[in-house]
Order: sequence, then structure tokens, then C-alpha cells
Amino acid sequence: MKLNQFVIACLLLFGGIVAAATSQESPKGPESNSVYAELKKAPEKYRSKTNPLANDADAVAAGGVLFEEHCEECHGKEGIGGKKAPSLRAEEVQTSPPGAIFWILSNGVVRKKMPVWSKLPEPERWQLVSYLKSLGTATAESNSPGKP
Amino acid sequence: MAYDHNLEEPGSLEVEYFSTFGTQRGGSDFHAYWAELEYGATAWWTTELYLDGQTTFGDSTVFTGYRWENRFRPLKNEHLINPVLYLEFENTNGADKILKEVEGHDVESDYAVPNALARQERTREMEFKLILSSNFRGWNFTENTIATKNLSNEPWEFGYALGASRPLAMKGAAHRCNFCRQHFVAGVELYGGLGDRYSFGLNNTSHYLGTGLAWNLPTGWTFRLEPSFGLNGNSHQFLLRWGVSREFSGFGNMVSGLFKGRRE
Repeated sequence: MKLNQFVIACLLLFGGIVAAATSQESPKGPESNSVYAELKKAPEKYRSKTNPLANDADAVAAGGVLFEEHCEECHGKEGIGGKKAPSLRAEEVQTSPPGAIFWILSNGVVRKKMPVWSKLPEPERWQLVSYLKSLGTATAESNSPGKP
Repeated sequence: MAYDHNLEEPGSLEVEYFSTFGTQRGGSDFHAYWAELEYGATAWWTTELYLDGQTTFGDSTVFTGYRWENRFRPLKNEHLINPVLYLEFENTNGADKILKEVEGHDVESDYAVPNALARQERTREMEFKLILSSNFRGWNFTENTIATKNLSNEPWEFGYALGASRPLAMKGAAHRCNFCRQHFVAGVELYGGLGDRYSFGLNNTSHYLGTGLAWNLPTGWTFRLEPSFGLNGNSHQFLLRWGVSREFSGFGNMVSGLFKGRRE
């Protein structure tokens, strides 16, 4: 294979990957326009999971520290929502089963800029769930892109 | 180094200084280093620019080239095994000693050439990796298969890197702290070359076994220390890799905000 052919093949491969990934980023219907729709996609196996740290006295405080380190930048102070990410105090989140929130944390919503947090060990993800659930419902800021 | 499937968070910029000290039989020991800018373009695409250089003791200090690296996460969800596609363009000279990965028939004697001579050789390469990574009970296990093509009509070269790592604590502390065990990640790594298209295998290749410790501070700073030991006569006897990095969350937003401000 000549050099030019090789470079062209690499560029085509690169372009293909970017194009494929970008096309998956487009919402496909009214339901998927809501950023909270992803919560409903959590498999039953996860939705039925209970938080193993639900009775851990330190879980909420530890989750708060983790939230400040990893989530506050996008989701705003105490999860009220920011310019980059939706409110986590919305009813859709607060009424979701803990397992569904855990599933979102573990899988991210990579086509909608929510990173995968599987690099945090499972107990830390459950601590985050405990903290989020402790926040309760509040009205999201009007500039939150997540407001459905 | 073995990559796992975790990419940079979208909009975050990580700036890193990383270096490798290596012992050299038949020549002078060296200290190679890179400056890296790593940016999370999206949640599924991380792009990185490296500037490489090295100092060979008793010889000279030289700039050895640049590399542009991209990592793509093709699957939406987390799976038992998570693939990541890695694509890198490398434009370096023959004096590059960073040893970020070992491939083909890279052996210790290749690095004994004086800088003045080695830097005359230009290397333009495309490097591909298939990264397969799994998280299991707090552990991360990763396997990197490496294939490199020198663009000056040289054969494909191959290599591998295997790694396992785990944080020292699974739960977060209930208060902010720098020295809590959850901020430390320890691991082991095995990496080496697998020959080329015409002589695939372990013959005339080098291999290393290393350990690593990373300290991730809540402020965004990370310190890494990774001593490695050569496993055969073709390998450097000892490599000490260490680095310091700082992550800037929301960098992308800050930059786009600057441009928006000018338009208004």
C-alpha cells in the first residue's frame, strides 16, 4: 500500500468514526428530547436494585464530597442545574428508583455529554445516589438545558 | 502504558508533565519527557497532543517531536468488556526515548545511539490500539493490542500492554481530604513488543513488568510514579516513569464563553 493510499484510508476511517458517533447524538423523537428520558431506559435489573448504603450514616456526607469533586461543575451547586447539565432536583430524578440513577452514573449518557462514571468504585456511586436522593425536589434554574 | 476505557470528561483539559528515566547498557542513562494537553472533546472522544524531548546524560538535550492521539469509545453503555479505539499520528526523530509503549523489535541497544546521529532519522508513524477494559469489584483490568505502521514503507509492528489497578479504598470519606485512601490507585503493568509482520513473536523483543501508584487529589492534581523492570536481556534494566498533571474542568466552556463575549 502506498503512502497516499494509507493516509487516505486513515482519514476515511477517522471521518467514519466521527460521522457515526455524531449521527447517534441526534435525538430521534420527542421522548428522547428530554434529558431525563434516559432514566427510563434503565434495565429492570438495575431499577429493582436497592441502595446497599441506604442505612450507612456517612453515605450522604461522602456522596456530597464526591458530588462537589465530580458533578458540581456541570450540575451546579447542590444539583440545581447549570449551563452544561440538567437539574438533579427535578421530579424525574428524585422519583426515579435509586438503581436507575446508579445505572445512569455507571453508563453515562455519552451522546449527550454525560460522562461514564464507572471509574468510581461501586460504593462511591451508591454514595452519590444517597446524596442525590437526600437533596429532594427543587425548581431547576430557567437557563438549565435539562428543563424538559 | 496501558490505557483503560475511561476518557477525559467533556470540556475538561488536562495538562501533564511526564518523564521516563532509563538505565542504558552500552551508553548513557537518559531522562525523556513529554508535555501533554488532553482534552475531552465529547464524552466519547478524547484528543491529546504531546511534545517530546529527552536528555541523555553526557550527551545532549533534544526536542524529539510531537504526537497527536485520539481515543474513541464506540459503545454507548458500559459492558463487561469495554472497547476503545485509539489512533495516533507520530512525527518524531530517532532520538525519541519516551518509551510510552514498546512495539516491534524495540530493544535497549536502539537507544544507545548518540543524539546527534539518532535525531537525523525521521519517524512518521500511525499507531492503532484496541483497548479492551473491564471494571470488576473495584478492579480495572485492561488489555491493549498495538499495531504501528511507519509511513515510510516499513512493515507493521506489534506490541501489547496489560494492566490491573485498584483504588486503595472503595468508599469515599465523609469529609474532604487529600490523604484518604480512595485518592490512591495502585496497579501492575506488563508491556512489550511482538515483532513485526515478517517476524511476529517474542524473538528479539523487549518486555517490562512495572508497578504504579497514582495519587488523585480532589483539587484536580494527579501525581504518578511507575517503576518498571526489564524482563529479558533486550530490555532496559530499569525504567522509572513519573508524572504530574492538573485537570481544568470546564475549560471548553470557558473558551467558548470568551468567543461569545466578543461577538456580543
